[in-house]
Amino acid sequence: MTVSVTTTPPANGKKVLGFLASAIILAILPFVVGNAFGNSWVRTLDFALLYVMLALGLNIVVGFAGLLDLGFIAFYAVGAYTFALLGSPHFGIHLPFYITLPLGALIAACFGLLLGTPVLKLKGDYLAIVTLGFGEIIRIFLNNLNAPYNLTNGPQGVNLIDPVSVGGFSLGKTHEFFGISFNSVYMYYYFFLALTVLVVIMAWRLQHSRIGRAWVAMREDDIAAAAMGINIRNIKLLAFALGALSGGVAGGLFASFQGFISPESFGLLESIMILAMVVLGGMGHIPGVILGAVVLTIAPEILRDVIGPLQMATFGKMIVDPENARMLLFGLALVVMMLVRPEGMWPSKRRKAEFDDAKKGH
Amino acid sequence: MAEVLLKIDGIVKRFGGLVALNQVGLTINKGEIYGLIGPNGAGKTTLFNVLTGLYMPDEGSFTFDGTNLFRAQPHVVVGTGIARTFQNIRLFKEMTALENVMVGRHIRSKAGALGAVLRDKGTRAEEAAIRAKAQELLAYVGISDVADEFAKNLSYGHQRRLEIARALATEPKLLALDEPAAGMNPRETEELKALMEKIRASGITVLLIEHDVKLMMGLCDRIAVLDYGKKIAEGVPEVVRKDPKVIEAYLGVAHS
Ligand SMILES: Nc1ncnc2c1ncn2[C@@H]1O[C@H](COP(=O)(O)OP(=O)(O)OP(=O)(O)O)[C@@H](O)[C@H]1O
Ligand SMILES: [Mg+2]
Repeated sequence: MTVSVTTTPPANGKKVLGFLASAIILAILPFVVGNAFGNSWVRTLDFALLYVMLALGLNIVVGFAGLLDLGFIAFYAVGAYTFALLGSPHFGIHLPFYITLPLGALIAACFGLLLGTPVLKLKGDYLAIVTLGFGEIIRIFLNNLNAPYNLTNGPQGVNLIDPVSVGGFSLGKTHEFFGISFNSVYMYYYFFLALTVLVVIMAWRLQHSRIGRAWVAMREDDIAAAAMGINIRNIKLLAFALGALSGGVAGGLFASFQGFISPESFGLLESIMILAMVVLGGMGHIPGVILGAVVLTIAPEILRDVIGPLQMATFGKMIVDPENARMLLFGLALVVMMLVRPEGMWPSKRRKAEFDDAKKGH
Repeated sequence: MAEVLLKIDGIVKRFGGLVALNQVGLTINKGEIYGLIGPNGAGKTTLFNVLTGLYMPDEGSFTFDGTNLFRAQPHVVVGTGIARTFQNIRLFKEMTALENVMVGRHIRSKAGALGAVLRDKGTRAEEAAIRAKAQELLAYVGISDVADEFAKNLSYGHQRRLEIARALATEPKLLALDEPAAGMNPRETEELKALMEKIRASGITVLLIEHDVKLMMGLCDRIAVLDYGKKIAEGVPEVVRKDPKVIEAYLGVAHS
């Protein structure tokens, strides 16, 4: 695969060097992490990549187009269930991933349009409420579509989902290359990494295009945007559909990686988590959103590993249930962050300007 | 006989009980500078909003360049060839001046999401053309030096010019300007007048709202006067100025 980074500015030495360095770091990262902390942490890396894809999808809707969506996890669910139902013993259908993954993405995009159409006239809080309801409806459907006809297998979820595989080469198995053995979490890491790179390129190119400009214009002033000839309805629906598309891809990957899905994985808390990644990282800024997704995936895992032993060491017993303490600390961190740096960890120049304005009281 | 570009008839726009436009009809000919004056609250901006699809009129008819635009969507109106500026400047504040004008090219370009992602040759060429045209228009209105500044950081006069450049980017046949000289000093007003004459000379018809009567008399080929949502006069400036109804409308306002 060849990836032309950009064509206009000459690729200067520093850029190429930075590109190579990050490529090497990303390539050896799972081995460093795996050897130092164990394979469960490579698994966490895999999840971080999934969340990067999800957050970049939501970022199209929230960051680029400025449409607050609290039901984004629904598209993840649609992608995941499409993949699961077409590649598991549940129906006995075993289509290959290169059909189910795009299909799931496409169906998710259709659901994006389904959500987008009735909310065209809604903004801000109203939009948030309706999208929140949409996310819940999808989850409730998944939970209940096991009777009279068993489509989703209800709360039990779908099990034994096929791993990603091409002609007998399965990412679910351990493989050996150059005398190094790569087990499943490593295989998925590289697969997810490749797709994440594609999603990043897609998002970046969209942002720096005629479409991306129309989104920003609409976000800043939809009346002026309409008066400049932008078809607000179409550009909004496009944002919903493209965001949902990325969500659907991530969902399919999640299903194959996990091998099991149930409606429980697609609750409101997940939607909020992804939104937090976008907002905390820096809405509308791709590097910021990536950072947000990685930090918010890894930080809770670190807390999980640290809080229990720390309590044992200091008090000799568990005072607060580690799971509760983890969410408490995490919530506290979010609140502090929003107070200190509302524009996010790594905001874009544009977003920063907006917040500087707000601080000055414009 | 001059060629008609825009024709409206019997336009009515109500806001609840208020009749903001009451049976307004007018025709604008190709190539002229057409002025719209009237006291505050007469309905001038409302008429602009109706002409650009931002408000849906309740009654009447509206044709432009042979196309029926009655109750048409804004992007359809722009596509047909009407562009506007706003009385209370509505730029995309956190976009640069250049990006603002590039947004104006949206309707005259067509790269979709797939083109954006694939960056094929056609899309790249179109994007380069959009940029080049936007730069050309910034130069045309005389603000090339601030191309990369955020719109909100521009001086007032520059913001007004940027709005005109953004509107011109849509390649309008009719450019509608809502009080472009408001808040400008005499020198800036003079420069703006020259710009409007240049725009007209380039073949674009201009529809202009202004309170500065002296400016309007010197610039417009024809003027219509609105008062309480009704057109009370229309014609060449010298005649309109002496129309008793017009004098009364303005004096009446001065009294109240
Ligand atoms: N969206 C709206 N809702 C309710 N009333 C409106 C609306 N827009 C305009 N109006 C009313 O319509 C009337 C005409 O307003 P308009 O802004 O068109 O006046 P104008 O001639 O442009 O005045 P000015 O010279 O002050 O700009 C006013 O009474 C105004 O309050
Ligand atoms: Mg007005």
